[in-house]
Amino acid sequence: MTAKIRPSKGAPYARILGVGGYRPTRVVPNEEILKHIDSSDEWIRSRSGIATRHWAGPDETVAQMSVEAGGKAIADAGLTPEQIGAVVISTVSHFKQTPAVATEIAHLLGTGKPAAFDISAGCAGFGYGLTLARGMVTDGSAEYVLVIGVERLSDLTDLEDRATAFLFGDGAGAVVVGPSQEPAIGPTVWGSEGDKSDTITQTVPWGEYRIGDLSKLPLDSKGNVKFPAITQEGQSVFRWAVYEMAKVAQQALDEAGISADELDAFIPHQANMRIIDSMIKTLKLPEHVTVARDVETTGNTSAASIPLAMERLLATGQAKSGDTALVIGFGAGLVYAATVVTLP
Amino acid sequence: MAATQEQILEGLAEIVNEIAGIPAEDVALDKSFTDDLDVDSLSMVEVVVAAEERFDVKIPDDDVKNLKTVGDAVDYILKHQG
Repeated sequence: MTAKIRPSKGAPYARILGVGGYRPTRVVPNEEILKHIDSSDEWIRSRSGIATRHWAGPDETVAQMSVEAGGKAIADAGLTPEQIGAVVISTVSHFKQTPAVATEIAHLLGTGKPAAFDISAGCAGFGYGLTLARGMVTDGSAEYVLVIGVERLSDLTDLEDRATAFLFGDGAGAVVVGPSQEPAIGPTVWGSEGDKSDTITQTVPWGEYRIGDLSKLPLDSKGNVKFPAITQEGQSVFRWAVYEMAKVAQQALDEAGISADELDAFIPHQANMRIIDSMIKTLKLPEHVTVARDVETTGNTSAASIPLAMERLLATGQAKSGDTALVIGFGAGLVYAATVVTLP
Repeated sequence: MAATQEQILEGLAEIVNEIAGIPAEDVALDKSFTDDLDVDSLSMVEVVVAAEERFDVKIPDDDVKNLKTVGDAVDYILKHQG
């Protein structure tokens, strides 16, 4: 006999209720990067738009930065930690494989016993997490979901690589997603292109260190074995990000039924100012749209970059609660995710 | 109808002017994009994509790094245009 199972029942729609960010206390200017590479402040700024980034200290762990950002997002949503039903952490720079860092973060935040897990979706991690959260809220798996993008990319930076040494930063950005009577997170346009997996990648897999064949491990200028780092094919990434991602962004607008004229803010992944500038041109965004340019002082923080930029736009008054924003993340995988949201 | 070498050079000069702000008359066959015209690697991608559209040609990433001079690009387009 097939018994009748009661269906899970969620909210009609979901929305972002609160946002919070954490930037490490140490600000690293380009001058410091130049100690290790033959380059110049002018070169770095013209290629990336980056002037400073934040690098985490020993106490600013992936978990600690997440707790700071997550706590702010929960407070911003007007909630208490016990109300959180699920915690989703997106990161590629937590170096303890198991257990998921999400469980530790949930515990440190003082949540009850929420579902808690990590996802790995590179610089698209925030959009992936947001999409999961929207699903959980509307299918009844959780009333309130905490989504955090967090990275310590300084740990995965090759200080001697002049093409990437200046790019990355550390930090955590969080949002709380909860029930809504109106649609406030549009359809997600997302996907992956695994045929381009080498375009942005970790230099050496961890397994090579276990095998210990020195000929397969990267060495620094003094001959010491180096930690793995993120490496990328700059021109290929730029072309894909600007031209292919502009199409994805446009599709997200179309699927949400929002015209560019109705848009208040554009919050792309903060990869590089040149990508942002060219994307705006390709998308033909109207002048009135506020564009997040947090990369200048935060660097590229992968999964953390969109919520960090969102928090800054709201905190500085460049955008306000209720504004309509297009968000798009894209990166290693290659993976991407774009959607239109109502800002908290 | 396929473009001539002269037309391609003229088109490329317009593209380089629009993207990098280099006077079109400076864009000559023997000029290096990076060293003479100050077109950096990212602007080069924008030039390539604009050229693809204008001349109905595909220039894959792997080929872009071989296009050192304006002449290299003109020859490439001449050979591969649709």
